[in-house]
Amino acid sequence: MKNSLLIICVFTLGGMLGAHHWVPSEWVKGNTTMLILYALILQVGIGIGSNKNLKEMLHALNFKMLLVPLSTIAGTLLFSFFASFFLTHWGTADCMAVGSGFAYYSLSSVLITEIKSASVGVQVAAELGTLALLANIIREMISLLGAPFFTRVFGRLAPISAAGINSMDVMLPLVYRYSGKNLVPLAILHGIILEMSVPLLISFFCR
Amino acid sequence: MFTVLFLLFIGIGIGYVFRRVTFLHQVEKTVSYTVLLMLFVFGISIGSNDELVSNLDKFGYQAAFLAVLGTMGSLVGGYFAYRFLFKKERRNDEE
Repeated sequence: MKNSLLIICVFTLGGMLGAHHWVPSEWVKGNTTMLILYALILQVGIGIGSNKNLKEMLHALNFKMLLVPLSTIAGTLLFSFFASFFLTHWGTADCMAVGSGFAYYSLSSVLITEIKSASVGVQVAAELGTLALLANIIREMISLLGAPFFTRVFGRLAPISAAGINSMDVMLPLVYRYSGKNLVPLAILHGIILEMSVPLLISFFCR
Repeated sequence: MFTVLFLLFIGIGIGYVFRRVTFLHQVEKTVSYTVLLMLFVFGISIGSNDELVSNLDKFGYQAAFLAVLGTMGSLVGGYFAYRFLFKKERRNDEE
């Protein structure tokens, strides 16, 4: 829990500094987060490469592991379906389309806005797109902040499933830290499969 | 996306070549610090996005609700996958 709290504090501090524009916007314009992410990924790679059990780790990948991304997809869609009973403003398919973003907020929001405007008009499509953007950013935050807690309650796959698409990039350092380095290849496989499913599922639910 | 996987494999290469250099085994600590730095900057960029902050009240609750339920669903899915795939390991943990 100490780790989650520290992460929340650091993130909130950053958010407050940003909201009051106390930080020159040039600092964060563009790709500062991206560059730090790259630095992280490089370190994660070094950690995997220098691992004595590298060979055993690669052998751990097998066909059964596809069950992990499939469970993430099934669980997310089922609960998004439940959510639609409470969000009367939106239809069942709308809620499931937002869920199908799997924390990939940039792609999912744009895709939903694009596809939806043909059937419901630009205004409603943009609203659903904004909803998808926010919901998937929040999912990313929940998965990043809650990783230590989720691991304890739901087991070592929890950070991977909760992260959705981010299990292969933003979340990798936390997977490495909380699920263990031997699950990093699985996390990458999980992210790749989900990335392919995002456009497929969104176009299916936005028909 | 491509850059991320490319960097990952570069890192794996560097780590593998220099796997006997003990300095590199400190990498778990530096990863934790870099995560904190990244989330700090991510916070700044979200906070300074006025459009996003002003939209927060309009769709904030709906979005949070969908995000919480979606995450919970995936956690339940991940829990069953874990039970199914790691039976042996869990038995060892319990012993």
